[in-house]
Amino acid sequence: MDWLAFRVSLQLATATTLILLVFAVWLARLLAWRRFPGRSLVEGVVALPLVLPPTVLGYYLLVAFSRDSLLGRLYETATGTTLAFTFGGLLLASLVYSLPFAVQPLLRAFESVPSRLREAAWCSGLSGWQTFWRVELPLAWPGLLSAAVLTFAHTLGEFGVVLMVGGNIPGETRTLAISIYDRTQAFDDAAAGTMSLVLLGFALATVSVVYAVERRRRTPKAPGRLA
Amino acid sequence: MSSDLEVRLAQAAPIPLDVAFTCPAGEMLALVGPSGSGKTTILRAVAGLQRADTGHVACAGRVLFDDVHGIDLAPQARRVGLVFQDYALFPHLTALDNVRVALQGMPGEEREARARGWLARTRMAGLEGRRPDQLSGGEQQRVALARALARDPAMLLLDEPFSAVDQVTRHRLRLEFADLARSLEIPIVLVTHDLDEASMLADRICVLHRGRTLQHGPPGEVLAHPVSAEVARLIDTRNIHEAVVAGHDADGGWTELAWGARVLRAGHAPWLLIGEAVAWCVTPTNVLLIPDRARREDGENGFDTTVVGLLVGGALSQAVLRCRGGQGDLLHMTLPTRVARRHELAVGRELRVSLPREAIHLMPPRAQRTRGEERAVPPAAT
Repeated sequence: MDWLAFRVSLQLATATTLILLVFAVWLARLLAWRRFPGRSLVEGVVALPLVLPPTVLGYYLLVAFSRDSLLGRLYETATGTTLAFTFGGLLLASLVYSLPFAVQPLLRAFESVPSRLREAAWCSGLSGWQTFWRVELPLAWPGLLSAAVLTFAHTLGEFGVVLMVGGNIPGETRTLAISIYDRTQAFDDAAAGTMSLVLLGFALATVSVVYAVERRRRTPKAPGRLA
Repeated sequence: MSSDLEVRLAQAAPIPLDVAFTCPAGEMLALVGPSGSGKTTILRAVAGLQRADTGHVACAGRVLFDDVHGIDLAPQARRVGLVFQDYALFPHLTALDNVRVALQGMPGEEREARARGWLARTRMAGLEGRRPDQLSGGEQQRVALARALARDPAMLLLDEPFSAVDQVTRHRLRLEFADLARSLEIPIVLVTHDLDEASMLADRICVLHRGRTLQHGPPGEVLAHPVSAEVARLIDTRNIHEAVVAGHDADGGWTELAWGARVLRAGHAPWLLIGEAVAWCVTPTNVLLIPDRARREDGENGFDTTVVGLLVGGALSQAVLRCRGGQGDLLHMTLPTRVARRHELAVGRELRVSLPREAIHLMPPRAQRTRGEERAVPPAAT
């Protein structure tokens, strides 16, 4: 068991989930309730990582991280290091790669909050921020939980993009998935088996949680009474 | 400082709108009209949930919207109590929390006391801990009303508040609401498509069609004297017919109409030109039955008819009568069921009826509504 890789994976998944949820809540609300030109394009861009080969995404991210690109130069000026083959670059790549897993459950959740409830909140004197905390978020929380769990699990298991962008630097960019590949190449079946089992167990647990939450959302909480 | 609500709104799309009305504090104004007439749009524009192209909305001396001065307050700043058609209660909160959430910025204890107080006033005491899915439609409506009033709003707006409940509950809720409304000293605007409801509850009604105000006045006045055949049809006046002015008799106090081959006397309306087409209507309760034993000349505007339809209700019955001769025009008659029984009303029975002169209301015919509106209506009634 490669505990260093395990730690990198957990750090990456936690940071990706926390950052992405904040951004995804903002984007999902925008997509759920606003009509603006280019909305379909934004939705398409969000869904792109689902259909794009990880190597293609990884290639473009590497191009964007290079010293010749604006992003790469800005990052290097600010931090003194490059984005490629660092934890920072890996995190940025994960944010892009896991975007649909965070946005889509939240989009469905916010779309299912009737606009009348938000209007009722405004008429009851609640500010936009209060409406978000008191009405929107409590009603969309199953979506938030699904988004968090899926993003975390997906980041934990990503391989192609990590290999392209992060390489295989122990303690920096070598995640559990990379370590499994590495151990398999080295014929270390015992370590590869243990780590695979950990990821399998985690993936199964998270997906089961998501289904359970979805079911709870769809089932009425108590039978309504007649007049 | 006036606490009246003044509304003037105009827009071209999505629903054309061109309305103006006021509602004094302590009064209830009903906006009535068919679906798509713009009732709900007006309510939403007053509440600040959507914006009209141009107009002016003010309440309690405060301008809420004015396109000329660039004023457009957010819904939160308008102090509006709004009861939505399906109540829009927050499904994850209890009845108490639904009301309490509308009291932001108030100390905790005062919020609790105030929320409980309003739930008690809307007869919800004891059910404060239930969530909306554990409440009946009527109970949900009461919570919605309590939530709308808890903030001490400057006006109360209700969008079809009684349409989502059954008949029995509706009747009870209307009675309770009428009672509550009397104690409120703010303008109340009720949107409804139900004219009975409007005339039961409102001090004044505003008849809307395609975003325009067609008539505005006390319910009794609008029901008895619709300004046009269009209004008469919208408020479900059943006996609307067209005729031609045949003559005037100032001494006799009548104006004679040619209704097909029949002659009809209405109250004196000297502003009408002889030969001018008019519409006339009479409420079904004013179609009077002439007993068989009476003399033929008894009763004014007497007509021989045949009963072609009959609905016998508990207290009132409705008969559809076909007038003999002419084109077989129909008259709708509403009469007490005991009277219908005594006179053995049945389909096929021949019946003589009378239309009292003063019950006949004259209006411009539909085709000439815009031209004849001012002329065919007595000046006092406009």
